[in-house]
Amino acid sequence: MIELTRRATFSAAHYYWNDDWTPEKNEQVFGRCANRNGHGHNYTLEVTVAGEPDPVTGFVVDLKWLKDVIEREVMVAWDHRHLNLEVPEFAKAVPTTENLAIAAWRRLEPAVTAASGARLSRVRIYETPEIFAEFRGPMDGGQA
Amino acid sequence: MKAYFGRRYTLSASHRLHAESLSAEQNRVAYGRCNNPHGHGHNYVVEVLAGGAVDAATGMVIDLVALDAVVRTKVLARFDHTNLNLDSLFADQVPTTENLCRAVFDLLKDALPAGELEYVRVEETENNFFQCSAA
Repeated sequence: MIELTRRATFSAAHYYWNDDWTPEKNEQVFGRCANRNGHGHNYTLEVTVAGEPDPVTGFVVDLKWLKDVIEREVMVAWDHRHLNLEVPEFAKAVPTTENLAIAAWRRLEPAVTAASGARLSRVRIYETPEIFAEFRGPMDGGQA
Repeated sequence: MKAYFGRRYTLSASHRLHAESLSAEQNRVAYGRCNNPHGHGHNYVVEVLAGGAVDAATGMVIDLVALDAVVRTKVLARFDHTNLNLDSLFADQVPTTENLCRAVFDLLKDALPAGELEYVRVEETENNFFQCSAA
């Protein structure tokens, strides 16, 4: 089994806020990230697919195809957007890096599964070079 | 829903790779320049990956501030700008980055909630790194 990873970068704005909480609690839990004027990051998305190389092409998946999938499913919706205000999955959920990794998985998994013998193995999102989150699918950890 | 949160830290330390049980010649063969008597140093990168359920209210696996505090207290305060050979953890074992990685893993595993620590990766240089995970 081979794992193949493709990187893509996007820039987006966000803030952390839970509507069920008071402003004081939001500020206590989320600190500067709770500033309602928002802030932004240059994110790096790493998409890892796993499978066997095709005996003819030697590809697990075509990297150009994977690039197009990432562009169509994630970049168009997230790049140069305000995650809280413009991206439907964060109308309620806090756009933490963890939730971004889960949301990216949900956007990518159907296309990867439908297209080939490869499967989506892992999605990792770097918020900064020092901070990242990863999601390995809903069955990871033995529970859906 | 299980997810992972990772954070990278840097620490600078010196070490000398030298096994007391080996002869001077054997040490030179095994460790090469790393056996030079006065030691040398690295800017290590310590990457910590924590895994767990994403909290529905916060959207977080682990509080970044809490993780930073644990790593700072247990690892950075102990090793940053020190000579690793002089630390009690390396009294009986060579401070290779393999052993440093395992030491950091054990220090953090005991300080974090049970089951949360997925792996510790220590990068000794840009071109080599070591990773330690549970079991």
